Amino acid sequence: MTERSFPLPSQLEAVPGAEGWEAMYPYFSRFQPEDDQRFWFYNSMHFPEVVPAFDGITSEIPYTAIGANTARLFSFPTTMGIEYRIVNGRVYITANPVLDEAEQGRRLADFQERAGHYYANWDRLYVGWQQRIEALIADIEAVEVPELGELDPIEVVTSGRGFASNHLLREEFHRCIDLYSKMWHHHTEFLMLGYGAYVVFFEFCKQVFPEMGDQMVARMVAGMDVTMYRPDDELKKLAALAVDLDLADLFVEGSDPAKVLAALGERGDAGARWLAALEAAKDPWFNVSVGDGFYHHHLSWADDLTVPFAALPRYVEQIAAGQDLTRPTERLAQERDRIAAEYRELLDSADEQTAFDQMLGLCRQVFPYIESHKFYCEHWFTTRFFQKVRAFGQLLADRGVLLAADDVFHLRHVEVEDALADVMLAWASGGTELGGRHWQPIVAERKRIVEALSTWSAPPALGAVPEALNDPAVKMLWGITQETVEAWLGAEDDDGSTVRGYAASPGVVEGVARVLLNVNDIGQIREGEILVCPVTAPSWGPVFGKIAAAVSDIGGTMSHAAIVAREYGMPAVVGTGTATARISTGDRLRVDGDRGVVTVLA
Amino acid sequence: MTSIAPVLHLREVGLGDVPTVGGKGASLGELLRAGIRVPTGFAVTTAAFGRAVEQLTVDGVPIPARVAGLDPADAPALAAACAQLRAAVEAAPLPGEVAAAVSTAYAAMCEEGADASLPVAVRSSATSEDSAEASFAGLQDTYLWVRGADPVLEHVRRCWASLYSVESVTYRLRRGIPETDLGMAVVVQRMVGARSSGVLFTRSPLSGDRSVVAIDASWGLGSAVVSGDVTPDSFVVSKVTGEVKRNVATKTRWHRPDPSGSGVVETDVPADLQDRPSLSDEEIAELVAIARRVEAHYGRPQDIEWAVAEGGDVFLLQSRPETVWAAKDAARKAAPTARPFDHVFNLLGGKRPSEG
Repeated sequence: MTERSFPLPSQLEAVPGAEGWEAMYPYFSRFQPEDDQRFWFYNSMHFPEVVPAFDGITSEIPYTAIGANTARLFSFPTTMGIEYRIVNGRVYITANPVLDEAEQGRRLADFQERAGHYYANWDRLYVGWQQRIEALIADIEAVEVPELGELDPIEVVTSGRGFASNHLLREEFHRCIDLYSKMWHHHTEFLMLGYGAYVVFFEFCKQVFPEMGDQMVARMVAGMDVTMYRPDDELKKLAALAVDLDLADLFVEGSDPAKVLAALGERGDAGARWLAALEAAKDPWFNVSVGDGFYHHHLSWADDLTVPFAALPRYVEQIAAGQDLTRPTERLAQERDRIAAEYRELLDSADEQTAFDQMLGLCRQVFPYIESHKFYCEHWFTTRFFQKVRAFGQLLADRGVLLAADDVFHLRHVEVEDALADVMLAWASGGTELGGRHWQPIVAERKRIVEALSTWSAPPALGAVPEALNDPAVKMLWGITQETVEAWLGAEDDDGSTVRGYAASPGVVEGVARVLLNVNDIGQIREGEILVCPVTAPSWGPVFGKIAAAVSDIGGTMSHAAIVAREYGMPAVVGTGTATARISTGDRLRVDGDRGVVTVLA
Repeated sequence: MTSIAPVLHLREVGLGDVPTVGGKGASLGELLRAGIRVPTGFAVTTAAFGRAVEQLTVDGVPIPARVAGLDPADAPALAAACAQLRAAVEAAPLPGEVAAAVSTAYAAMCEEGADASLPVAVRSSATSEDSAEASFAGLQDTYLWVRGADPVLEHVRRCWASLYSVESVTYRLRRGIPETDLGMAVVVQRMVGARSSGVLFTRSPLSGDRSVVAIDASWGLGSAVVSGDVTPDSFVVSKVTGEVKRNVATKTRWHRPDPSGSGVVETDVPADLQDRPSLSDEEIAELVAIARRVEAHYGRPQDIEWAVAEGGDVFLLQSRPETVWAAKDAARKAAPTARPFDHVFNLLGGKRPSEG
């Protein structure tokens, strides 16, 4: 249709060994012939790895919620929701713009009333949000996988409950899915309004101060006591305590957390005090995912102490050497306010200064939500959710339907219901589950498919070049603008040694690349290396103390990698689209965080 | 007008003295008042110009009348007339008391500089020049590295004569600037033995951004940068964070004082200097600090010529209001809204029905 286009979805070549991958995902996630004429970009920010069948729920449900909020609740005038497709295990998305001006006008009146209500009552509504999300976390914690014994407990009879425990199998599983869906509605409840505030301030700054880097705008907005910094702060406190209590010798790089815990148990009062401090920190701060909360294998620190214990030895060493690792929040806050005041002073008129104050004030009002919701939603709730599903997997394994608990994640959530019905029937009838014969070959095949698909290099975009990019989240979160699209289109003309993205954090360094596709490999990072990854997540915080620079495939200037890199004062280039595909571990790189350019030197 | 002295020291003048010492002279005096280092010197006032030119006639016609009678569209006639006018102004000796005052002032500079024929810059300073409304940039002449009292006097006359260049006359005729309003002062300033020099804007000349200082710098005299004979180094410095975006160019040509002792020559930059930054980080920082003081003093963005002497001292040679973006500023005002979040509605609202 257009002269220039990205690879067309209909013409992507099949990945050898991955035949039949389509059955892993719902029919409504498949590319249609007419999708060739639309613009799709790879959401590698949230889905950097192949999506296992169950994990398809982490695209299906979020997109039911985010679109509902923009399109149907708040009536954003120029954008509806986000559509998604899965191909070769990767999630592609597109925002549906509203291009008809009359339609935009009709939507605007509703938008003003509805969004206006939220903006005008933001602080009060946010308090309510906090309560609702904590209640949802309590609810997911309370989900129980029923025990199916020889006989139901006598209390079921004496209380006159009237239904047997196999009924609860389906009800409790449903509760998991329903709570997950509800969590995502709350997750996106404030999100687009928050991004709307950001877009306003960014656009204003870009207009008045075109030379100002995005990172400077973000610095004026940033809050100091961000929930997402807390897990890392807690680790530093634990490291300081280890030094104080003379336990530093136990924290050696490469140690198994279980052995460290056992050794602490033998260190008398000091060891006991440290373990008590660990328990206190864990609830809630270790409910942070080692990923971004979109994959079942992203466990929380509380579930698996490997990541926090990998970070502790270095912190202990630094504190023992007299370094102060506490974040200088006072100084950072003063610096932020100085920068904002100076830019304000440079404005032409009192009117412009007032407008600046309004826009910045609005950003700062929405910032706590934007930064904190991730901890409650993607981390705390989601890691609990996957643990519950895993418990249902354990039951299926115990009943012989699956070989192992984690195999449940190779079934779609509607298939899990089938498998549970099988168990409910077998328990009721006294017969045998038929699922072992049915599901186990399917699980084995899907494991092979996931493996085969992991070798596929997903293009950053598919289909047509977009007419308009109107969605605030697409711009602020994914960092996708007309320039990104142009860069992706022009990527073929490069000599292959240059990767372009967003200048997310200033500075220029050279160093050796460490390409990490999977968060579980973060232990491989060595001091002074340059991290090249699809996307970073908050629990990668400790890694930033080691690396010299960060490069990511996807992300805007308010993405996690950008925020943390600025915090650590290291160069970062985000939203490159192709860094992990074009850079190899061991490559010598120059990262120019001022211009957003990564050069492969050798 | 006749009561005004023919020569005023730059220390004696300020912004209010544009009618007597021209824009450049007034601006230099104002910079001195603000405590900014500029090369010392004096201004030959418009009163002196008036006294020298008012009696002159060409073919029996007083000069103002002769100019007013010209047709800017008739290029050959205009060129001939201008050549005649320039020659007349350049040739006529200065009135005695004007010549004496200039010579005395120059002698004082020589004494101060411990050089009997101190090199100076002789620069025109028109009264309608250097204003935000009508920038005369480049329409008058500047003579560098002039030595000795007689050459100074001669170049003063040449500055006056430059008012009758084809470009200047055409400009006045097309804009309807009456000859009776014409005043031309001349600034005589100590020459800075510039190691590096250039121009700077206290906002980005490319984007209008007021949060940066944009410096163009090259080796030798600033005339190389102004004339475009060299691609200069570019340093864009954030006023807020001090971050510097640098683009160091290969600077192949420079303007240097003629080895004969007077005038300027253009030659190749030595190979080892070509790719080196023409300013150190400290000099960039000092220039930015000075530029911000000047901008604050005037209360508006400035277009500044500067030089760094061989010894590292930073001098400003000229400062005038930036005119290009000043006009565009009005168009990009953000207005406060009734409620802060109305900004969101304005931006994300799409097309409004009422605007349709």
